[in-house]
Amino acid sequence: MKLRLSVTTTNSALLAKVEEISGENLSKCYHCGKCSAGCPSLTNMDCLPNQVIRAVQLGDEKVLESETIWLCASCFTCAVRCPRGVDLSKIMEALRLLTLRKDVNHIEVKELTQEELDELPPIALVSNFRKMTS
Amino acid sequence: MEKKPKTKMISVFVMGKEHKVPQGLTIMKAMEHAGYRFLRGAGCRAGFCGACGTVYRLKGDYKLHFDLACQTAAEDGMALTQLPFVPANKATYHVRLIKKEGNPILKYYPEVARCVSCNTCTKACPQELEVMDYVQAALKNDIEKAATLSFDCIQCGMCALRCPAEIVQYHVGQLVRRVHGKFVNKSKQLNKRVNEVNKGKFDTDINELMTLKHAKIKDKYSDRDIEALH
Amino acid sequence: MNLAYYPGCTLKNQGLGFETSALAAAQALDIEMKELDRWNCCGTVFSLADEDLMHYLAPMRNFVRVQEEGFDKVVTLCSMCYNTMKRTEQIVKDDPEKLKTINEFMYREEDYRGEVKLFHLLELFRDEIGYEEIKKRVIRPLRGLKVAPYYGCMLTRPKEIGIDDWEEPRIMEDLLSAIDAEVVKDPLRGECCGAYHTVNAKELVTERTRMIVSSAKKRGADCIMLSCPLCEFNLDLRQRDTAKEYTDFVGIPVVYFTQLLALALGLTEDVCRFDLHYIDPYPVLVEKNIIEEGEEVHGKKA
Repeated sequence: MKLRLSVTTTNSALLAKVEEISGENLSKCYHCGKCSAGCPSLTNMDCLPNQVIRAVQLGDEKVLESETIWLCASCFTCAVRCPRGVDLSKIMEALRLLTLRKDVNHIEVKELTQEELDELPPIALVSNFRKMTS
Repeated sequence: MEKKPKTKMISVFVMGKEHKVPQGLTIMKAMEHAGYRFLRGAGCRAGFCGACGTVYRLKGDYKLHFDLACQTAAEDGMALTQLPFVPANKATYHVRLIKKEGNPILKYYPEVARCVSCNTCTKACPQELEVMDYVQAALKNDIEKAATLSFDCIQCGMCALRCPAEIVQYHVGQLVRRVHGKFVNKSKQLNKRVNEVNKGKFDTDINELMTLKHAKIKDKYSDRDIEALH
Repeated sequence: MNLAYYPGCTLKNQGLGFETSALAAAQALDIEMKELDRWNCCGTVFSLADEDLMHYLAPMRNFVRVQEEGFDKVVTLCSMCYNTMKRTEQIVKDDPEKLKTINEFMYREEDYRGEVKLFHLLELFRDEIGYEEIKKRVIRPLRGLKVAPYYGCMLTRPKEIGIDDWEEPRIMEDLLSAIDAEVVKDPLRGECCGAYHTVNAKELVTERTRMIVSSAKKRGADCIMLSCPLCEFNLDLRQRDTAKEYTDFVGIPVVYFTQLLALALGLTEDVCRFDLHYIDPYPVLVEKNIIEEGEEVHGKKA
């Protein structure tokens, strides 16, 4: 990701919105990478979890299109390990909500097959729809 | 000569336009008094068919009310509109093929899993049903409870219009009752009646109707027995 | 001990054996768990957005139900229900403004006073009954059975609500020791199973299942023990999909902690509903002489 640093990018509307929704202070993060090192979803991600924080710090809206924010399963491993007390799971949620709140789904319920619906327990559907549908 | 007591007139606002109507009328009659003619959105006029859903607010009150136009008295200052139809997602299923295993409701209406228990559906129900409770019962596969709680639903659809999770509660309730009838409480009367139909008990009557002239059918309809209304 | 019981949706569906074994085991330990007359889905995932009060309604409404029935304690078995409801319990304590707003929104209910305390069943066993006491009640020691406890995410994280240390938990290990089973310590016991990605990214969960199950198996585990119906679904049924992808993959059964406890307390296997599991735990239990061969289990013989 190529980024241009300036006062306007570091005071972006994206940063303000993410901090508002998540209640987290992103400037506390000093990019030690502990969150990325322990993330169980890392191998499938297109950017590192701490890079997500960096992108938001710099107001880069491309982060909203990254797979990473949707691959985060809110397992809170990063949250318990962060030496700065930043809850990255809340930041990930805020980024997902920026899409979902525009009434845009990340998954389509109607695309689930009858066979899948036959075996998936309610706990899977409820949690998935909460995280992935608007 | 005795003076007729004057009927008090009240103001109702239909889609924003003020109309003066006599006090004591139902919303439906008040609207007809004001010149509206119901081509759709009125059926039995007796609180059973669910065709005349109406949403209104009362003067100085933030609350949104949902009722049937044929059952609710118009009040002074009422601002209202008819909601006679609700676009709804209706699952296609064959009751014969529904399996008992798993959760049949989630299979045909997976969006039930989106319920947030906000209870908005219950607040919108003119029948005063515990709508959220029956949706939740369906989610936990308690077919018996869901069927009982939704039994008096008249399918007006107000719940589905208000639901933030976009669930179509009244169709879910219908599926629940069908599953209930199939697996939980098989209806003896239904089997009896199906047998009668199959044996031709009603063939003569049906055949007679099928061959009637249009005008005769109209006469039959207007002369039909209607339960007295109070 | 008498307290309210909140089951959660999946315990009434695919996770039925979790409930039946838990209720039977609790009864054997003189814990009376009264299922709430009215309850709704907890929402399964706690809303991580600070201003999103809508998603606190479901767990909060359940606390109102507990209060209505005159209880101040409620116990749950499912890790996700525990997590969602426990975090909501915290919110109420930390943020009276939020409680006020939610109470006003739920004006049809009595006001929630914020006094209900939620427990996970494992906490009751450890803190209220005590593992020493459980040890005394064991009728059928699970000697020789090697069990890998699996915590997943929701029991121990985040730290404010975890029922044990988030990096080095031992609540399940200690339970296993009390019932005389052999603990297999697996470094992946706290690794996420992929959770709800099982709906839209099955391959991701299949891979995670391969890693977690293989790790436990490599360390000699006969079965994996857990407390979450979503982890159970992923680690058990998804082994089917793992096996399709990796032909040399050999799985092991996945059981709930209540099922092993029920067996140890001498209860019959029918309370475990092993028939609902994809990989049948029955053969390994017979092999390890926990269950006698030929003993009738849900209508079929071993």
